[in-house]
Parts: sequence; C-alpha cells; structure tokens
Amino acid sequence: MADLKSNFIGIESPNPFWLASAPPTDKAYNVNRAFEAGWGGVVWKTLGEDPHIVNVNGPRYGSVHSADRRVIGINNIELITDRPLQINLDEIRQVKKDWPDRAVLVSLMVPCEEKNWKGILKQVEDTGADGVELNFGCPHGMSERGMGAAVGQVPDYIEMVTRWCKETTSMPVIVKLTPNITDIRYPARAALAGGADAVSLINTVSSIVSVNLDSMSPEPSIDGKGSHGGYCGPAVKPIALNMVAQIARDKETAGLPVSGIGGVTTWRDAAEFITLGAGNVQVCTAAMTYGFRVIDEMSSGLSRWMDEKGYRSINDFVGLATPNVTDWQYLNLNYVTKAKIDQDKCIKCGRCHVVCEDTSHQAITQQKDGVRYFEVIDKECVGCNLCVCVCPVDNCITMEKMAGGTDPRTQQKITDDYGNWTTHPNNPMADRSAPAADHS
Amino acid sequence: MLQKSSAQCGLDTDLHPPLTPHEAAVESDRCYFCYDAPCTTACPTDIDVPLFIRQIQTDNPSGAAMTILDENILGGMCARVCPTETLCEQACVRQEAENNPVKIGALQRFATDTLQSAKDHPYTRAAESGKQIAVVGAGPAGLACAHRLSMYGHAVTLFDANSKPGGLNEYGIAAYKATDNFAQREVEFVLDIGGIELRQGQALGRDFQLDALAEQFDAVFLGVGLADVNDPGIGTQPLAGVVNAVDFIAELRQAADYSKLDPGKRVVVIGGGMTAIDAAVQSRMLGASDVTLVYRRGAAHMNASQYEQELAQTQGVLIKHFMQPVGFGGDDRGNLSSVEFEHTTLDENNRLIATGERTSLDADRVLIAIGQNMEVQSLSAVSLDMQHNRIVVDSERRTSHPKIFAGGDCVAGGEDLTVTAVQDGKMAAEAIHRQLG
Ligand SMILES: Cc1cc2nc3c(=O)[nH]c(=O)nc-3n(C[C@H](O)[C@H](O)[C@H](O)COP(=O)(O)OP(=O)(O)OC[C@H]3O[C@@H](n4cnc5c(N)ncnc54)[C@H](O)[C@@H]3O)c2cc1C
Ligand SMILES: Cc1cc2nc3c(=O)[nH]c(=O)nc-3n(C[C@H](O)[C@H](O)[C@H](O)COP(=O)(O)O)c2cc1C
Ligand code: SF4
Ligand code: SF4
Ligand code: SF4
Repeated sequence: MADLKSNFIGIESPNPFWLASAPPTDKAYNVNRAFEAGWGGVVWKTLGEDPHIVNVNGPRYGSVHSADRRVIGINNIELITDRPLQINLDEIRQVKKDWPDRAVLVSLMVPCEEKNWKGILKQVEDTGADGVELNFGCPHGMSERGMGAAVGQVPDYIEMVTRWCKETTSMPVIVKLTPNITDIRYPARAALAGGADAVSLINTVSSIVSVNLDSMSPEPSIDGKGSHGGYCGPAVKPIALNMVAQIARDKETAGLPVSGIGGVTTWRDAAEFITLGAGNVQVCTAAMTYGFRVIDEMSSGLSRWMDEKGYRSINDFVGLATPNVTDWQYLNLNYVTKAKIDQDKCIKCGRCHVVCEDTSHQAITQQKDGVRYFEVIDKECVGCNLCVCVCPVDNCITMEKMAGGTDPRTQQKITDDYGNWTTHPNNPMADRSAPAADHS
Repeated sequence: MLQKSSAQCGLDTDLHPPLTPHEAAVESDRCYFCYDAPCTTACPTDIDVPLFIRQIQTDNPSGAAMTILDENILGGMCARVCPTETLCEQACVRQEAENNPVKIGALQRFATDTLQSAKDHPYTRAAESGKQIAVVGAGPAGLACAHRLSMYGHAVTLFDANSKPGGLNEYGIAAYKATDNFAQREVEFVLDIGGIELRQGQALGRDFQLDALAEQFDAVFLGVGLADVNDPGIGTQPLAGVVNAVDFIAELRQAADYSKLDPGKRVVVIGGGMTAIDAAVQSRMLGASDVTLVYRRGAAHMNASQYEQELAQTQGVLIKHFMQPVGFGGDDRGNLSSVEFEHTTLDENNRLIATGERTSLDADRVLIAIGQNMEVQSLSAVSLDMQHNRIVVDSERRTSHPKIFAGGDCVAGGEDLTVTAVQDGKMAAEAIHRQLG
C-alpha cells in the first residue's frame, strides 16, 4: 500500500492535501470539520492587523459553469479574515493542540513595514503553528491598499518582506505568489533570495466572470457595481501548472520547494502538480464546491494510482515530469503523427470533420459511398490534435506515431533521429556544425 | 457503433448490458455528489453512492469498487438484481429534477466488474481470533456474514443443503439478470478471502441440529432463506403441468441446454411478485406462445415494480388483474387443461372480495408463484421466537437465543431482496464480532 504521508519543508502531515488559505480555513469550526474529514493540513485564512477588515455584505462570489451547471471557476471579492486577530490566534492555538498530527500554517498579510511583519510573526509563533505563508497574492481590495498582489508584483518587496520574516522567526516561511504578473520566475527568485523556505502558487487570477446585461453591472454585483475579483477552480489549473513548472525548471529556483495550488479537484490534478515539481498541494474551490468529503476521492485515487505505478511515497514521483518540459525549439521535429479514427467508437457527429475543414487542414472526410463516414486523410493530416480535442467520445480519435516509411503529406522519409529547430535547414540562425541536441 | 443499453434480452443476454467506458464516463458526470445523499439513504446496505460515482468519474473504477464492496460484498450481484427503480434510483435527486435518475445500478456494475476481473482478492483477514462461527445457508445473507466474520479473523464454517452455493443467486434470480455464471464467480470471489470452510450438501435439521451447533460454535448465523412454497389451497388431484414457479426457475437456471426444457405452450402464472414476473418472462423466452400472468389485486398492488410489469409486457406477457384461482381442469390423462378463476374486487374497506363472476383460461401449464415459506422443522432443536413462520430478530439480527443470529429471507419483517439479505448478514457479523469482543 502506498504511503501518503507528506513531509513538506519539515512540516509533516498524514497526506499531501492541505486546504488553502480561504473560507474553508476561516475559523476553528471549519478546520475541525476538515480534519475530521481527513485533510492533511490547513493554511489558516489570512490574518491581518486590527481593526479587522470588513467584507461586502452582498454577493462576493461569481461563477462560470460548464453544461449541466458543473462549476468550472469561481471568482471572489472577499478580503482577508474579517475577525479580530486575537480570536483567530486563540483558535489556531487550540486547533493545533487538538490535532497535533496535522499541519497548521498561518497566512499573513500586514502593511509593508518591518515592524508590522515582525510584530504579527511573534504572535503567530506563540500559537504553536507549524509555519507561516506570506500572502503576496490577493489581487483585489487588499492590493488597492498596497498589500497582497501589490507586494507580489514587485520582486524587490517580496525579497525585502521575506527577509524581515526569516530574520524574525524560526518557523518555516512560505511565500504565496500571485499569477497576475508577466513572468513568475522573477517573484520566485526574489522569494528565494529573501530566504523563503518554499513558495506556494497560485493565488487567484484577476477576473470579471460575467456582466448582467439588464443592469449593466459586472457580477457579482454590489448595488449595481462589480469589481475585479480573483478567479480560481478547475479553470485556472493550466495557468498554475505552467507556473509551477516554470519555477521547477528555472536554473535559479530549481529545487526550491513548491506547494501547488490552483484548481486541484481530483487525485489526478494533485498527481500532476506533484510530477511537475510541487511537494504537496493546496485546495480551495473543490472544497467550496463539494464540501470537505472530496478528500476521500483524492486520497483513495492517489493511493490507488501510486500502487499501480509502484510509487511507495509521495517523494517517489515529485518532479518526474519536470525534465520533460522543454522549450519549443528543442521539440523533435522528426516526430510525425497522424490522427486515427476508431470507426467502432465513432458516433458520426461530424465535429472533427468541420473543424478540420473550416479551421485546419481539410484532412477528414465526411462521406463515403453516400453515407456519413469520417476518416483521416493521411496525405493532408498535419497531426495537429484539434480533432482529438473536439471529439465527444473519449479515445475515439487517437494520435498515432508513424514508424518508418514516408510521410504521405511531405513525402519526407520518417527517421528515428532527433532533429529540432536549432539545426533545421529553414532556420536562418541554425548552427549547422553541431548535431541537434536536447538542451532542455 | 458503441454498444448501447437496450431492452433486447434473452436468457443468455443481460437485461441491462454492461456500460462501455464511454457510457460510464457520461453517466458518472451526471451525478451531483449530493451531500447526505438520498441514494445512499435508500440503499439498504448504505453504499456511499456519490463517492463511488466520483471515483468512476476520476478514472478510479477499482477504488469505486472498494467503496461499494466495503458496504456490500455482493455489490456485483446487487448491481444486477436490485430493483433500483424502487431503491437508490427512485431516491436520486435527478429523478425528482427530470424524471431521469443517474443509472446507479449500471455504474455499480461497471465498477465491480472492473475489480472482479482482477486476480487478487482485495481484502485481507485480521489475525486469527481463535473463534469459530457456524453460518448456515450460503445465500446472500450467509455469504455476506461469512465474509465479514472472516475479515475480522474468525474461522467460519459455512453449511449449505444444496449442491451449489449462492442460494437464490444461483437457483432463483432470472437467467437474464446474472449471465455468464456470475453467481458462482461471485461466490468464488467472496470465498477467496480465506478462513471460510464451505460444507455443501449439509442440511440443518437433517444432517446436524441447531442445539449442537450452538454448543460447538462460539456463535451461529442462520441464513436459510425460504425453502418451502406457499400452497394456493386449491389442492385437487395432482395434475401434470401444475408447477411451482421457484422449481421451474431453479430447473431453468441449472439447465445445460435450454432447448431440452419444455416451457409449455399456454402458460398461466399465478402471483404478483418478482418470482411471478420472472417465471412468466422466462417462459416466453423459452418459447411458450401464450403467457398470462394473473394477479388477484390491481397493478398498483403488485409487489413487482412498474418497471418489471412493463418488462413482462414488452416480452409479450399478458397481465390480468383482479382474478383468483379456484380450481384446475384436467384431461383424462391427468394433464392440466385449464385454470378456473373467480373475479375479485375491493370493498369499501379495501378488503378483497369475490364478485361471483368466473373465467376459465386454457392452459397446459400453470406456474404458481404466490410466495415462499420457511421450513420451520429444520430449526426444531431449539425453540426460537417466531412470527408468521419466520425468525424474530432484533436490530442487531440476534434471535431470542443469545448465540444465534439470523438474517435474509428467513427473518420476520424483511423485504426479501438480495440487498437486504446482504445487509442482514453484514449487520449480524458486526454484532457477533462485538459480542465475541
Ligand atoms: C424467483 C426469484 C427471483 C428473485 N429475484 C430477485 C431480484 O431480481 N432482485 C432481488 O433483490 N431479489 C430477488 N429475489 C429475492 C432474493 O433472491 C432473496 O431475497 C435472497 O436470495 C435472500 O437471501 P437469503 O440468503 O436470505 O436466502 P437464499 O438466497 O434463499 O439462500 C438460502 C440458502 O440456505 C440454504 N438452506 C436452506 N435451508 C437449509 C438448511 N436446512 N440447511 C442448510 N442450508 C439450507 C439454501 O440451500 C440456500 O443456499 C428473488 C427471489 C426469487 C425466488
Ligand atoms: C473566497 C476566496 C477567498 C480567498 N481568500 C484568500 C486569502 O485570504 N488568502 C490567500 O492567501 N488566498 C485566498 N484565496 C485564494 C486561495 O487560497 C487559492 O490560492 C485559490 O483559490 C486557488 O486555488 P483553488 O483553485 O483550489 O481554489 C481565496 C480564494 C477564494 C475563493
Ligand atoms: S451559502 Fe449560506 S451564507 Fe451564503 S448566501 Fe447561502 S445561505 Fe447565506
Ligand atoms: S468527432 Fe469523433 S465521433 Fe464525431 S465524427 Fe469525428 S471521430 Fe466520429
Ligand atoms: S442522488 Fe443522484 S445525483 Fe445525488 S449523489 Fe445520488 S446518484 Fe448522484
């Protein structure tokens, strides 16, 4: 049986699933329920200084649904905790005492002054919490006040605040990053330079989810006005995976522990984050959509997959996919695939045909002998995968690698040799003296 | 084309063909993962339905199977035979929302099929407890009880009077609900846990007695089902062609070659439950040209669900209501030639009364399916509290004797379903385990 036990920067938890700093971790009541359900750890809803902030009293969430009202993304205009600091601190102390085997971390956000950060750290240390997470990510409200993403968007500030914290406390310090920047590597490098033990990402993505066409107000609407909310849930997972991989690949930050956040909904999402270099994952929207019991599916699914693959512990597969993320220029241009339609599975909806015909390479038939018949024309197929993306039947269209012979489209011989853009004849800058090598 | 579920079925073809992976993916996507889910509440074995469906959705069908089997070790058979239209699927919120529940039974089969095709038994036994338990009856109740007890490390001796284990799963369930010898495959799967010694051809009351059993073993579980059939009470001279429906089905289920069976040409089935429906449908499938099912009350009073009544009708069975049998007509060679009925109605107090009108139906075979009964003599060595010829048990499935537990069809107040028998066996095993502590 696979062992789900996790040790992230020295913080132990029975599994790698933590709840992200957000409403699910807002107070002891929720956190106790989460631990009863089996969550490995929590990052407490971000604490700030007194007087505590206030939230809007109208709707603070908006949503994007797929067909059948499945939640794809949620956005929110909620701020950090709206409860007095001392109440939170007392509850954190009690919860950690009651659940010694779970990870209890505390998210923090105070004005960008040394004394403010140093002050609150002392108070958190007294609770017995396992670590802190610096919230440099919140994209709305707090950033207008020079906190959250306003810090996270300036690498120098990140480094400075991280250093203050590391100087003050012996607790592990995680820096939570905002995705609302152009290149995630800069804030990650700054966190590392400031001495961070780890980074966590992503916080929410700045967003407007919809506009009410009667009132002309963005949703969620507060008395006819909306704001730029933070987007999260399954929709943001690709953004988060991308950023986690960028940090894992970056020569300067490689090896910096990462806590993966953003759209983790099933065991598979978690496994994907971890293979791209995350040491554990944090979850918010999945719990906010289905309740804490989603942990059962995540734990059972991850452990079944680990058993199947022969991984005994989480560390066995951390970062296994990272080396396979490379730059475009190093992709093998001699790797030729053709789409193949399994006629037994095809339900003849015609979607593959029309998208290929209208927007790609006219490589799928529509008829044979007067009846609907969808088949790939190898002579035209560039192997782009669009048909696979739009086919409603799983595994009905597959991409098959050509092994040997000649590509009927280009008339080029298929070779097993690796050849990338850096040495390609069409590349004016190609270095033709060197054999192509995978520089990734 | 993909294989689609269809109502086409024969004796060797599934009534509900298994879902393809595509169908399972689409169907599992429909589940809302309800909280305190009504489907789970409606399941007699408390299977965590939303969790197992979510596991299918996330490409973890063997995890889904474990979620099912943790509560119901015969989850594979239940997926095939449960009247889901009156259980989980009736409770599904999507029945309420759009009259189209999530196909829980079919998804349950998808998951359990995946796991049961794997080689290794998924459960391990706790260390030997040194306790010995006798389980009498290797039907759903006895099997579920034996498996759970073995899991806890107890040594189980499983007695069964018949030559094959499985109880009505093997001898009673309609052929088209358990194709491909599923009943025996499932029994093997259950026994694979080890620690269960099966003793076939051993009948309680004949080969051994209950008082001795209670003395030799640390606890006894009775899951003997209903071995007797009710008598319609119109016994005249025996006629060839008057057949007990349960015997007919048992013969059919054990037949190596259906073409050797003679279902009769004009068949009358008397009864209104699952057995009557199954007997009628299978008579049709065997080639009987005219099959009429006669029930003494109305359609709504039948124990068979509306779905099953419609199934019989689509298979060409004619259903007549408000008639009860009063006699059989025979020819001079002692063969059945007709069944006499009198018409009935309900009086103002909803009591069934005869109207006096009579009808005679020509028939060369009548299948009697008016219920089964316990063979109480087999228990005579110990006096247990009984009610209407069935064993009285408390909520832990304990009889009036402190070492004897019972469950399944043989206990009073049950629903007489496979799934409730499994739950009884499981609950009794838990209680026995607690008692032996
Ligand atoms: C024709 C028919 C169709 C049915 N269809 C369905 C259906 O579609 N869905 C559904 O949910 N339910 C159905 N049922 C009901 C279901 O089969 C029973 O509720 C269920 O099998 C009861 O399980 P059990 O373990 O209590 O008894 P059984 O399945 O009857 O098993 C009892 C076992 O005890 C053994 N036994 C009996 N007496 C003795 C003795 N003296 N000594 C030793 N062993 C003994 C028998 O050999 C048998 O193996 C059907 C029943 C019938 C008759
Ligand atoms: C309503 C709401 C409030 C949040 N509040 C905080 C917060 O106080 N501090 C913080 O660091 N992140 C906060 N987040 C961001 C989450 O912790 C998480 O980074 C983000 O939602 C992405 O993960 P997900 O896709 O699993 O939801 C909040 C998210 C939501 C939806
Ligand atoms: S989720 Fe609860 S608190 Fe929020 S609007 Fe609905 S009832 Fe009110
Ligand atoms: S999209 Fe898929 S199902 Fe539809 S016609 Fe093409 S191959 Fe067939
Ligand atoms: S009631 Fe229906 S939708 Fe809800 S959890 Fe059960 S199967 Fe899913």
